Order: sequence, then C-alpha cells, then structure tokens
Amino acid sequence: MINLKIMRTLDQTTSEILELASKQFKVAPGSLKAEDDFYKKLGIDSLQALEMLSRLENHFRIELPDYEVQGVSDFKTLAERIQARL
Amino acid sequence: MLNLGEYSSIGEALSQALETWPTEVCLIESDRGEEKARLTYREFKARALPLAGALQEMGVAPGDRVSIIMTNQSKWLISAYAIFYCGATLVPLDFKLKPEEHWQLLKHSGAKVLITEYGIWRLLSAASGRNEVVALKDVLATEAPANADLAGALRWEETKGAKPPKFVPQKKTDIACIVYSSGTGGTPKGCMMTHENYLEQCMALTSIYPFWPGVHYLSILPTNHAIDFMVGFFGPFTCGAAVVHLRTLRPEYVREAFPKYHITYVSLVPLVLKNLQKGLQARFDELPASRRKVFEFLRNINRELTKSRPLLWLSCRLLSQVHQAFGGKIEAIIVGGAFTEPHTLQFFYDLGLPVANGYGLTEAGTAITVNDLRPFRADTVGKPLPGMEVEIRNPDADGIGEVTVRSKTVMAGYLNEPELTAQTIVDGWLRTGDMGRFDATGHLQLFGRKKNMIVTEEGKNVYAEDVENAFEGVPVKEFCVFAANYIWPQRSMVNEKLLLVVHLEAGQLLTEELKAEISARNNRLINYKRIHGIVCYQEDFPLTASLKIKRNELAQRLSTFDREQSILPI
Repeated sequence: MINLKIMRTLDQTTSEILELASKQFKVAPGSLKAEDDFYKKLGIDSLQALEMLSRLENHFRIELPDYEVQGVSDFKTLAERIQARL
Repeated sequence: MLNLGEYSSIGEALSQALETWPTEVCLIESDRGEEKARLTYREFKARALPLAGALQEMGVAPGDRVSIIMTNQSKWLISAYAIFYCGATLVPLDFKLKPEEHWQLLKHSGAKVLITEYGIWRLLSAASGRNEVVALKDVLATEAPANADLAGALRWEETKGAKPPKFVPQKKTDIACIVYSSGTGGTPKGCMMTHENYLEQCMALTSIYPFWPGVHYLSILPTNHAIDFMVGFFGPFTCGAAVVHLRTLRPEYVREAFPKYHITYVSLVPLVLKNLQKGLQARFDELPASRRKVFEFLRNINRELTKSRPLLWLSCRLLSQVHQAFGGKIEAIIVGGAFTEPHTLQFFYDLGLPVANGYGLTEAGTAITVNDLRPFRADTVGKPLPGMEVEIRNPDADGIGEVTVRSKTVMAGYLNEPELTAQTIVDGWLRTGDMGRFDATGHLQLFGRKKNMIVTEEGKNVYAEDVENAFEGVPVKEFCVFAANYIWPQRSMVNEKLLLVVHLEAGQLLTEELKAEISARNNRLINYKRIHGIVCYQEDFPLTASLKIKRNELAQRLSTFDREQSILPI
C-alpha cells in the first residue's frame, strides 16, 4: 500500500503555520516569524487562538488535545507540537 | 432534588443521588462532535465503585489527599466520587498549569494518589519535580494507548478493587477538597473546603437556579474551578440532572453542542461571553435592512415585556432563530470567574437569554451574590444568596468599603498557612479584598479591589507577587510587581493590568537594551500573567526588618505620581 502522508520538515511545518496564520488574521505575508508570540503579534485572545488551532488541525490532518497547546504562545513551539503529531 | 440538609458529606449525598435516579442520564461525553459516552446514574455507580475499592486497597484512608488533573470528562467525576466514597480529600488541579506547577502543588497538597490522563501524565513524568513529591505513592492514568510507556503509572481503566469498597462517612466539618485559588509563583493558596461548605452552597444556589432530571448542563469551565465543581457536578447530580462534557473546547464544537444536546445551563467566563456577543452582533449586522428592522422591533418588544422578570417561553417565540442556535432550552447562562461588563449582560438579556451573573471567590465557597433576575440588574452583581451575611466594612463617603462575608460556605482556611488564614478570616468574617456597596434595593455593586492582584476576563486570578520570579536577575537595583489599580484605585473591575516598578542603580538609565530584557522575560510568562508597563521609581523601596518590600507603603508613595505619565508601555 502506498503511504500518501506528506512528510514535512520542522521548517516546512513552521512556514506553513506562519502562512496560514497570516491569511487567517489578515497580516502581511512574511511579517510573521517563528519566534513571534502569536497573541501579541496577531493581537488575538485565547478563543481566537483556538480557532487558529482548528484551522491548523484541518490543514495538517491531525488532532491536538487542548492540554498539549496550553501555555504555548509562540509559533516555534506550536510547530514543534504539530510536528510531533505528523 | 435531594434535601441536602439531611446529609453530612458530599459522598453521602452523591451516593443517595445514584440510588434515587438510577435510570436517568447523568453524563454525556462528546469528542469533536461524536458522542463517546452516555451514562445513567446506575452506570456511573458501576464504574466508580470498583475504583473506590482499588483506592482503598492502595491504602487511601479518610483524610488522605487524592489529586485529579484532567480535562473536563466523565472520568473526572467518576474518580471524584470514588475519592469521596473513601472519605478522602480531593485536590482538583487545573490541567492548564505547566507540569512544574503541577508538581509544586502536588507537593504542597501532600497528595498520596494522582489521577490524570495519559497525555498529561506524559508531560508530567518528563518534567522535573517528581522526586520532591515524596507523599505521592500511586498514579492512575486514563486512556493510555496499548503499548504506552506508563512511567510507573497504573491504567485507570484496569484499576478495580478485588472486593466491594466500604463507604466511609465524613463529618460536615471534615475537609472535602483543597482548591488552589492561586499561588504557583508565590504563596500557594490551598483553600480547605469542608463538606458543609459545598452542601450549604448547593442548597443556596439551587434555591434560585434549580436543576431537575432532564436538565442538560454544558461543562466548559474546568471542573477543578469552584464554579464548575458546583454547577457542573455536585449541583446537577444531587438533582438528577445530566452534565455534558466536550473533550475539546474549540469554538465550533461548543456552538454545535447547544442545539445537539438542548443545553439548559452553561457557565462561561466573561471572555467567552464577550466573544459570543461579538459573533452574534456580527450576524445581526449582516442582516438585510428590512429583516434587521423586524429583528430590532422584536428585540425591543422582548426588552419591554421582560423588564420585571424573564419570560423564556415568550422570548423563544419572539426571537426564535437566536434561541434555536442555543438549542431552544436555555434557562440561563451562568457567568463567573471575573467581572462582566453590564452592556454585555444586557445584550444577552434583551435577547431573552438571561445571564446569571454574580460575585464570589473560592474562599467563600463559590458564589456570594447572584442576580436573581427579578428584575435583571446588569449594573450590579446581584443580592446575597440565602445564608450569606455580607457587610461593607469601613465605608467611605460614597458608601464604598471592603466586602466581608460570614457564612457556612466560607472555607476552613488556607492549607499550611495559618497566618494568611488569620489575615483573611477575622472573627469569622471573610475579608474579600474587593470594594463594594449595596444600593437601595439590596443589590451589590463592585468598585475595584484592595488586593494587589488582577482577575483576567478568562477568570484567572493573578497575584502580583506570583509573577515577580520571572524578573529575578534583571539588572536593576530593585523591582516589584503591582496591579495598577492597587496603586491608583479606579473604582472599576475591568481592564486590570500588572506593572513592573523598577528602581534603577545610581546613574543607570532605562535603556532600550534593558527594556528588551524585561520584555523578553515578560514574554516567557503565560499571556495572562504578563505585565503591561514599567514604572521607574527613583528612591529606595521601603523595607521591613526582614528586608521584605513594604508593598502597601511603596504603593502609597507611587500613588502620588500621575498614573498615565508614570507608566511606560511595554
């Protein structure tokens, strides 16, 4: 059976997250960096962050339990959590 | 509902509930839109008693502490009942804390057994801190995959006693729970709540907002929180009602749950309520002009007809589309954890969706006042619940003073903190640290705090001292964290912020480099604990004989400066 799962590197995962976040919250593409705090940079609250996670789950076809993303506020750590589930 | 006056403990009352409504549904659990479990009271008992038996065989005895760190789910409540059945004390911890914080509170509480989810246990067992928790003997992990490395934990699902457990009675004055109201960065505030605290609070609350078989309560606030423990567990269970759990709280699944499960009550924090308001308003704004006019007309009629009390059947008909989105059965949205702005409360009430706002704190056994909706008063936090004596101490010329409470619901004290307890409960009166006054109709209005703390819109209590560790080592002579409203009282409960007050070395300047360092340290804090500005103070901080900062005195000195000019935004 052919495995159609897309293998991504952490860098690829990170850049896809940044691109999706910039689209969702309408900020200039390329203005977000991995180290950025997404609450601060995007000016979002915790509920909007959950909405972003839902989109990321759909995009990467994974499920992230709520407790696993508690306390995560930068794209880099978020990318690591997602990468671990890919 | 059960007559809780006849029972002496949570375990005894819950045991009776399981016998009284064996065929009623008590728990529904949904995971990403898919229903995973539906339990009757009889099935709940059948799952809980073998666990109670196992706990007893592990040596859990009356007064021993057993902690739960779980997301909202059926196994949380099943485990809690098993703990009460053994006469043990429950230590519910917030699953959202960091693993290091969990270990700190497990150590402080002296927990003997920990019941948690496998995913949380994976993070916990990988973090440092376990070795210091010497009292902890056993860990039970739920939902561990077949070949998982359990790191010394036992599988919850396989933990069953060899023989039936023995119910251990408790006295009303025994400690039922140790609930942490804050304190992972400073002094842990473990509120020791007695069985009587819960029994009395439940009777008071359900006298105004009753539950009954058929009620569906949507549990969103974490169950370790005093509100959800009461209205998302003990309250509904002692009335034969059902609790609905969602394994993920992504907004789309929460929205879907209302119509799917015909939710009767839900508790929310102000942040979520405001978000709901924003979403609804956006939809109203999108209506074509003609439909919008009709909607406004109906809303105005509803507002006029419900001025003196809610008329749910009428509101459901007048504004049926809005009510259908909420499932059409909503009796009230309970809002708590933090202060809610009156315009948000009024927005929902005008739609025929009563918001039961109130005021309380863990130390007082959850709620002190609740809006009884007769009439709805968005500008207040309601009247004292039955059994609550509330007094305003040292009122100023406007009648505003500290809110103090005496009631059977007030905690026994803070665990291992007799001095803090003595400062907080004086001659039987709980000093809340909140400022308020009663209006002519007996409704309480709040006007800020006396305490050096903030409460966020997500219902998080953040004590200024608890975040100071994050700035340890910043190259300044001395520093201190304050709630801005503690220095400059605002007579307001909204928009509370923390500030870092720094005293620079002689000749030192607040350079960009120093600001960047403070900012970097600030960013390492979880978002709701962050400071929002820096205040430079040119003199030595006043100190006690043991070289601790005299915070009151420093705050008084700072209060002589202009607030706006003193705060440098970060």
